[in-house]
Amino acid sequence: MTNYIIRRLAQAIPQLFLISVILFALMQAFGDPIATLGGRIPPRPEDRERLRRQLGLDQPVYKQYITWLIGNDWTKIDMDGDGVPETPGKRRGVLRGDWGNSLVTRQPVLEMIGNRLPNTLLLMLTAEFVIILSSIFIGLYSALRPYSWIDNLLTGLSFVGYSMPVFWLALMLMYIFAVNFRRWGLPYLPTVGMFDPAVGKTPGELIKHMILPVATLAIISTAGYSRFVRSSVLEVLGQDYVRTARAKGLRAMKVVFRHALPNAALPFITIIGLDIPILLAGAVVTERIFAWPGMGRLFIDHTERSDFPMLMGILMLISMAVVIFQIITDVVYSIVDPRIRLH
Amino acid sequence: MPDSTALNTLQDTASVPSTKPLSPMELAVRRFRKHRMAMFGLGLLLLLVLYVSVGGLLSQGYCTPLDQNVRGEDWANCNDTSLKLQPPSGGHIFGTDVIGRDIFARTVYGGQISLLIGVSAAIVEVLLGALIGALAAYYGGWVDSLLMRFTEAMLNIPSLFLLIIGARFFGRGLPSFNFFGRELTGGVVVIIVIIGATSWMYLARIVRANVLSLRERDYVSAARALGASDRRIIFTHLLPNTTAPLIVSATLGVANAILAEAYVSFLGLGVQGATATWGNMLDGAYQYLETAPWLWFFPGTLILLTVLGINFVGDGLRDALDPYSERHV
Repeated sequence: MTNYIIRRLAQAIPQLFLISVILFALMQAFGDPIATLGGRIPPRPEDRERLRRQLGLDQPVYKQYITWLIGNDWTKIDMDGDGVPETPGKRRGVLRGDWGNSLVTRQPVLEMIGNRLPNTLLLMLTAEFVIILSSIFIGLYSALRPYSWIDNLLTGLSFVGYSMPVFWLALMLMYIFAVNFRRWGLPYLPTVGMFDPAVGKTPGELIKHMILPVATLAIISTAGYSRFVRSSVLEVLGQDYVRTARAKGLRAMKVVFRHALPNAALPFITIIGLDIPILLAGAVVTERIFAWPGMGRLFIDHTERSDFPMLMGILMLISMAVVIFQIITDVVYSIVDPRIRLH
Repeated sequence: MPDSTALNTLQDTASVPSTKPLSPMELAVRRFRKHRMAMFGLGLLLLLVLYVSVGGLLSQGYCTPLDQNVRGEDWANCNDTSLKLQPPSGGHIFGTDVIGRDIFARTVYGGQISLLIGVSAAIVEVLLGALIGALAAYYGGWVDSLLMRFTEAMLNIPSLFLLIIGARFFGRGLPSFNFFGRELTGGVVVIIVIIGATSWMYLARIVRANVLSLRERDYVSAARALGASDRRIIFTHLLPNTTAPLIVSATLGVANAILAEAYVSFLGLGVQGATATWGNMLDGAYQYLETAPWLWFFPGTLILLTVLGINFVGDGLRDALDPYSERHV
């Protein structure tokens, strides 16, 4: 097991390296970050040149990449533009924990992501919790009554669910539960942000603000997952050991919860594990609509300003999450299903 | 003699004009037609195609800024700012947008573009995915490991981020061009290429897995023994035998591409300019959540219906073309 994990981690390193190269290459034609830096006052051409040198943007791409990856603190850089390097470099590179500074705010990238990450995780993990519970419940319910009218209804609804564009569902939910509920004089939900400034940062406010974004994320994912649970439960219910369990006179509930569900849950673990990081990314649109101050919005805001150290930071973190979750999923799977041998 | 009678009966049954055995294609069509949801989806899609084509005939009116009656796409682009943000009424059945254009006409012409983007992006996706998957599996060795490492790397970057970066990467500034009598901005091509180029990875893996098993079949060895070139083996012997998963993925790819276009546009990075798409009609519409819900409701619902129809058809195709495949939705 330990060997397996070590080997998988060793395989992950070249993969992440390749991802970073692809992303860095994409960042290059991203437009000139300097052009959008000055805000309303366009910088003078000589300031522009100086800034470019300061940020290392005058260097060839491969040198910029090396600086990003392992730093430049062993060399001197040419800051005043006379062709003679004189200022010692300060960057230590991603591999030594220096993810660079945002071009927009000049703050360390990791710090800025760290400020937003908890908000995104709060939203995502709550949504994931709701998704797992509701899809197991719905999937199990339809699997136990296959092809009944309620099963057919749920099938139809699930198709509608995962055909829905995220923003459409979000706007509909906002329109119904925020706009119209207020119009009808019912208790209504807030639409944007995490807290109401008038009330302050209370847990109650936070929960109220989370309901709509969590519902948006949960409804769409539940639609797909509940179908998945349904088909794996149906498959398990046809197995010999379930028939045996029934034949020996076990109560129906016990057959389902003791024999069928744990076995049906196995493939579900894989899907969830592989999708968690994707969900992290899926928050981009949701966070934008609900003005949720998370990582997705950070990404969008800094895309508009070509802030490539920031974008590299966010994308590499998410890609690392994807790779690590793949390994975790495989390991967990082998623990819960002893038939699987890790090689 | 009992033996001869048995033989006779056999011959009799054989000589009875029996129904011709059905070809695999006919069987698939038959299975598809029995699939109620797929037929419903197909009907829905036909209605939508009718909507975006015949709807153009209903798109006409008096354009005040031009001071004349206009029809077709001119009506969709006629902006009468004095009529901005009108709720649905007799003159504008879906209302008007922020600069006073008729939303119904824009959903018709935007729908043409959205469907065009969906279908073309799916074609790009299939071409790239099939080619990369087939090359990796057929040649094996370092070609395989290089292509598959690249595929895995691309898969590990969430696709929406790739899309956003791609949309920024290729930027704008492509010239407009004429397509079936419609003037389209270059942004349409950019978005098609980006969506196709960021979605081929799953398909490549499916094709690779299929070709890996097909490659060892006797008929491929026979073709090679007859001196067929690699290109001929790949394109006439291997790829045609993986059409079932290709068709299913391509169908679902159209739905994903339409959604992807909508997401990118929603984030303000989609097709710019006068060319309407269902996606860019939604750009900024959420600011009018309360005051003008018709701005986002109609294009959003059309996207939902299209994606729904395609998903139903895709599900039916999967069942029809590959009855042994595990059904997981």
